[in-house]
Amino acid sequence: MNTVLTRANSLFAFSLSVMAALTFGCFITTAFKERTVPVSIAVSRVMLKNVEDFTGPGDRSDLGIITFDISADLQSIFDWNVKQLFLYLSAEYSTKNNALNQVVLWDKIILRGDNPKLLLKDMKSKYFFFDDGNGLKGNQNNVTLTLSWNVVPNAGILPLVTGAGHVSVPFPDTYKTAKSY
Amino acid sequence: MLSLDFLDDVRRMNKRQLYYQVLNFGMIVSSALMIWKGLMVITGSESPIVVVLSGSMEPAFHRGDLLFLTNRVEDPIRVGEIVVFRIEGREIPIVHRVLKIHEKQNGHIKFLTKGDNNAVDDRGLYKQGQHWLEKKDVVGRARGFVPYIGIVTILMNDYPKFKYAVLFLLGLFVLVHRSSEAPCLLC
Repeated sequence: MNTVLTRANSLFAFSLSVMAALTFGCFITTAFKERTVPVSIAVSRVMLKNVEDFTGPGDRSDLGIITFDISADLQSIFDWNVKQLFLYLSAEYSTKNNALNQVVLWDKIILRGDNPKLLLKDMKSKYFFFDDGNGLKGNQNNVTLTLSWNVVPNAGILPLVTGAGHVSVPFPDTYKTAKSY
Repeated sequence: MLSLDFLDDVRRMNKRQLYYQVLNFGMIVSSALMIWKGLMVITGSESPIVVVLSGSMEPAFHRGDLLFLTNRVEDPIRVGEIVVFRIEGREIPIVHRVLKIHEKQNGHIKFLTKGDNNAVDDRGLYKQGQHWLEKKDVVGRARGFVPYIGIVTILMNDYPKFKYAVLFLLGLFVLVHRSSEAPCLLC
């Protein structure tokens, strides 16, 4: 009875230590890697409307509608410790109301094994680009689109990396009041 | 029988050894507490290690994964970050991603979150009439991740009998065991 228990105990303790060492190894070998690659973003259409923010607050706010292209090669980021990449395209700008605004327009999950080369054209945004107020009108040189990703490892650090490449989106001075887009 | 052997061991111990074992136990408990509180100070978060409880962040995090959080003031909240927050009046922490932020000149920030695996943002989860989260709702930002380890915590919460059994066995083992050659479970 004694030896079975002690053997089971040492086996258990040993396997735990081995797994802990492996996990730590996974973490330490990839903790300081550079995870950025060049990306190229282009905007093909920009439209500005002013409607009630139906996603929540309800006040009349500026709504931006953007069609964009993205191309990037993310192959070099995937290594033995990357489980998935969570990509997100975000717009960053400042307005009179708020010193800093960041809005995620589109996101995508790329799992290990999926095609890591992105070549997307004429994409519509996934999420509504509502401003907190009317700060998009006439915003000529302020709104910047960047592609970033969250590296989700098998075990270890969860870094947020921004791709090298951004594009500035000039917004028109007037609202579009046509019925369809 | 097994239990009689243990009882013999206890009777054979004199008072000093018994006190030593109790003190040993106390040392272990207070070291664990010190490490936990120390982590709280270093990371700035009231709960530096959390277990993922729902599947709303799959395929990145599954139920039972462990997250390491920090909540330092010098790190401002930005989109894409994974935040662990509590909704006012509820105590279950939620792990989701920041979708939108609006920050004023004075540093006051309001933000919106969404789970990766959810189709819509979290406004349905917030309090009635609440459209944004603020810094005070945040427990921490996820900086590190280890898979599967938290399953033990979930098991212990879902089956309280299991938790009491584990604690009882551990306590029994530490108090009664005094041989130095046998493997040590808690050191």
